[in-house]
Amino acid sequence: MSDVNSVILLVVILLNFFTLGSARLVACIRAAALQGALLALLPVTVHGLSGHSLMLATGAFTLKGLFIPWLLLRAIREVRIRREMEPLIGLVPTLFLGVLATVAAFLFADRLPLLLEHQDGLLVPASLATMLTGFLLLMTRRKAITQVVGYLILENGIFIFGVLLSTAMPLVVEAGVLLDLLVAVFVMGIVLNQINREFSTINTERLSALKE
Amino acid sequence: MLVALILLPLLPAALSLVLPWYQLRSWLLSATGAAHLGLALLLVSEAPPLTNPWIGLDALSCLVLLVTSLLYLGCAFYAVDYLAMRRDRGNRVMVPCLLVFLSAMTLAISARHLGLLWVAVETTTLVSAPLIYYNRNRLSIEATWKYLLLCSVGIALAMLGMMFVGYAALGGGEPPSLHFDWLLEHAPSLSRPWLHAGFVFLLVGFGTKMGLAPLHSWKPDAYGEAPALVGALLSGGLTSVSFLAILRAVQLMAAAGDQLMARQALVGLGLLSLLLAAVFMVRQPDIKRMLAYSSVEHMGILALGVGIGGLATFGALLHLINNALTKGCLFLTAGNIQRAFASKHLSEVRGALSVLPLSGGLFLAGFLAITGAPPFGPFLSEFTILRGLFAAERPLIAGAFLLLLAVIFIGMGATVLGATQGAATEPPGRFKDRLLLVAPPLVMLLLVLSLGLYLPEPLHRLLEAGAHLLEVRS
Repeated sequence: MSDVNSVILLVVILLNFFTLGSARLVACIRAAALQGALLALLPVTVHGLSGHSLMLATGAFTLKGLFIPWLLLRAIREVRIRREMEPLIGLVPTLFLGVLATVAAFLFADRLPLLLEHQDGLLVPASLATMLTGFLLLMTRRKAITQVVGYLILENGIFIFGVLLSTAMPLVVEAGVLLDLLVAVFVMGIVLNQINREFSTINTERLSALKE
Repeated sequence: MLVALILLPLLPAALSLVLPWYQLRSWLLSATGAAHLGLALLLVSEAPPLTNPWIGLDALSCLVLLVTSLLYLGCAFYAVDYLAMRRDRGNRVMVPCLLVFLSAMTLAISARHLGLLWVAVETTTLVSAPLIYYNRNRLSIEATWKYLLLCSVGIALAMLGMMFVGYAALGGGEPPSLHFDWLLEHAPSLSRPWLHAGFVFLLVGFGTKMGLAPLHSWKPDAYGEAPALVGALLSGGLTSVSFLAILRAVQLMAAAGDQLMARQALVGLGLLSLLLAAVFMVRQPDIKRMLAYSSVEHMGILALGVGIGGLATFGALLHLINNALTKGCLFLTAGNIQRAFASKHLSEVRGALSVLPLSGGLFLAGFLAITGAPPFGPFLSEFTILRGLFAAERPLIAGAFLLLLAVIFIGMGATVLGATQGAATEPPGRFKDRLLLVAPPLVMLLLVLSLGLYLPEPLHRLLEAGAHLLEVRS
């Protein structure tokens, strides 16, 4: 089973790089969707088949892999934006930062006081790398929608870490967390639409009237 | 019973979605608020033991529950006349969101499972976003976007912190669990590095929500652009709830016998919040943004008090009540002033006292209360924290505390006096002080005043029990 895990996590890391290097919003959203769908399999591949892990996997797959991306794709269709034009930092430098962050994540995970059974797997480094990718997207992009994708990827990273202790997380709480994520993206989608209507753009740099 | 209290606001929320009568929908808020407070008082006086592993009330949650419920009731009555003035904007979104907000806050207050706490706090973010966007203009959407994104990311970090705490339990050779009481009991066997990391992330995550500097950057925007009653609920209620979440992390560290680090972090963030608030409060021309920075300041005072420990913890818990009620009074009256002058900027707001004698007077009195002038409640609580600082032999911090409070007093005073004194800049508009727009802040101020003069015995016991929960148990 650990081979399957490693393959999934490697693809997840590659998808991180893809989102950092791509200017096309649709491609970014699809990559985040694929990442979410792959991650949803982890509870089953790590903890084996059980009612809990199956429910969790199904819930996460439906929301992270299908429903939330659908919401986002619909949102960009409505605001008719396709590309991330000029990120605050160019795409290539961001990609480079992403590589650095991933290397740092691997080095850091090696020094963490992990339990013996978690020391070899890719779970912890992949989780850290994915969280850092989410942060990079949040900080370096101007389009509100890419920031939402960054938030999703950050959540994905936390989800990977959560797999380590998914037995401690009761299903009710997991469901609540996923539901909150869904509502968050939904509310962000509405706000996005309003931003577009008010400013005729979803560049967040226009959102700068409020400051000291 | 507690379940009933949490679910209580949801029925009227559903009702308000289908009811076609505007005014009745507004009154649903007050009716629910009154029922909530009544039930909360009953529950607190009963003090049922913590048997349910998911929800329960200890001394700390009783305190926050009473404060939040009281503040909510005041804001709910205010909302009736406020929404009546704003029929053009409607209340079809506002009323259900406010009701669900109350339910989510109650759930967060009573949660005994870290995951449940997280879900409840994130829900408060999501339902308050439409409230901040009530005015539907460019500025309010900018504020909403910042609030939504910053608080969601912040709370995501709190989730990571929660998982680190779970991993600390795993590292201690225990089957991992996030039930708070279980964690408290097994705290000494938790793996230290993971517990520390967990504390830091919980502090950063819930600290963002609470608005501790330097994580406060959404606060002036959100409080500045949201309607007054939403600002009051956020700055008095939601911040108290987030503070309670941080107190849970402190409790955990204390139970693990590891509270030095937690306390130092709180003292550091507290002082930084006071400092940044002082810097931005001087020459602040916008009265609502000024109140937001005042909120940052008081969150700093709360963190500082708990960080010092001992008597100062008692002072901080007392200050939580005083801050919530005084902020309620200030925000609601500032809302009235903003309505009357159609502005919240000092360049256009002058002589509020002569235009709106009641609201202006209450705003002025609220300013005196919040800056710690005797005989109001905040004076007593800030003085208690100061005594705690000296008792803990931290004279340098005490000096800095006093200095920053003085700077804030002067900075805030310049803005408030400018807005209330002098001749009115503008001929008064249609707006007049109405009963429900003035009575709630008046009652809040009277409560704050009476707290400054006399601390009832049951409240004293509750505060002591709360402070006791935050000390080392050994």
